[in-house]
Amino acid sequence: MLYATLEGLRRFNIPHNFEVVSIITLYAQWIREGRLKVDPAWNTEGLKFSVQDPCKLVRQSLGDPVADDLRFVIKSVVGEENFIDVWPNKSNNYCCGGGGGALQAGFVANRRQHGKTKFDQLNATGADVVITPCHNCHTQVLDICEHFGGQWQTTHLWGWIVKALIR
Amino acid sequence: MSDQYDLSKLRTRVKQQIEKAVPDAKIDYCLTCGLCASGCPASGIEDMDPRKFLRYLVLGQDDIILKTNWIYSCSLCQRCKYACPMGIDVGRIVYEVKGMRPKEDRPTNLQRSCDLQKKGNSTGIPDADFVWVVGDILEEVHELEPEWSDLQAPMDKIGAKFYLNQNAKEPTVEPEEMVPLWKILHTVGIDWTYSSKWWDGANYCLFPGDPEDWEYTVRKQAETVNDLGCTTYINTE
Repeated sequence: MLYATLEGLRRFNIPHNFEVVSIITLYAQWIREGRLKVDPAWNTEGLKFSVQDPCKLVRQSLGDPVADDLRFVIKSVVGEENFIDVWPNKSNNYCCGGGGGALQAGFVANRRQHGKTKFDQLNATGADVVITPCHNCHTQVLDICEHFGGQWQTTHLWGWIVKALIR
Repeated sequence: MSDQYDLSKLRTRVKQQIEKAVPDAKIDYCLTCGLCASGCPASGIEDMDPRKFLRYLVLGQDDIILKTNWIYSCSLCQRCKYACPMGIDVGRIVYEVKGMRPKEDRPTNLQRSCDLQKKGNSTGIPDADFVWVVGDILEEVHELEPEWSDLQAPMDKIGAKFYLNQNAKEPTVEPEEMVPLWKILHTVGIDWTYSSKWWDGANYCLFPGDPEDWEYTVRKQAETVNDLGCTTYINTE
């Protein structure tokens, strides 16, 4: 994940000849520049979307600007009126409970107890789809939705961009 | 009087060890206000929370600190640091405590994910399988979606501007999830490449608590991207 790369390069003073960016920042930049043309017209049924802010990407790496970019991309792709934000959000959002190695460490009941805060917050949006732009968050949000009886679909972001893509 | 108290408990050895490793840990700055605990989704798990964890440290209850499995419920998400009026980073402190646990006493799969990552990627599939699955999925797209017959997924392309990593779970468990990403990059028309080695962006060595393992994997990734000559490293998550 971006944090491990960015913070690792900094903390261990690792020589490198490249800059490290998030794909989310690039999606937003490309949509703004008109290089990635998307149209939410496909969403005729008004499917409602919410989002998880990955801690490692947002609070711990790039902060609110990348969270704003994430929302800009989702709204561009699904329609502004079809996005329902969570509260608290962006840099102040809750961890899903799957990060930091929790998904690998076992302690399943503890992991789900941690995820209950996230479940309640996402469930309150009433969204049909929750976008998780981090694989750990994806696995955890999928699991807590099933475990606590949520009704939403948990998905990555890229598939929706392609759905809205105009070539 | 003194023989009635176990003064060794007040010697705060773990706290001192942390302060040596993290000079700006600021453990003594804690006002015990509880903002950290009130906003932490891991509060209450294993009868622990960030505020209590810090109190145990300050009061030298080292046996509790070193034994609690709460450190594996703390996801190092740093929301407590974000909320703390004194800027104390409990996640950073938990990271140090994770590293103090002997490797053989750590959760097996957590340590294993890092051990595998040190060999190349966190799921342990051979690099050749990654290259194969990318090629296979691309071929499938070419066959089934004529409108994407020119789609590409470049591998080891020296001098490409952008380097792209991929969480190992995608090629291993849900390879079809790579396709939308390729389609986006193709539509925008950027010059990008994967690498056939050190291609996994998951970086699980961040989690068990050994900085030398984290450093090793990031160093390998940096060398790979430097060798390819890419000027931008895109993280997919």
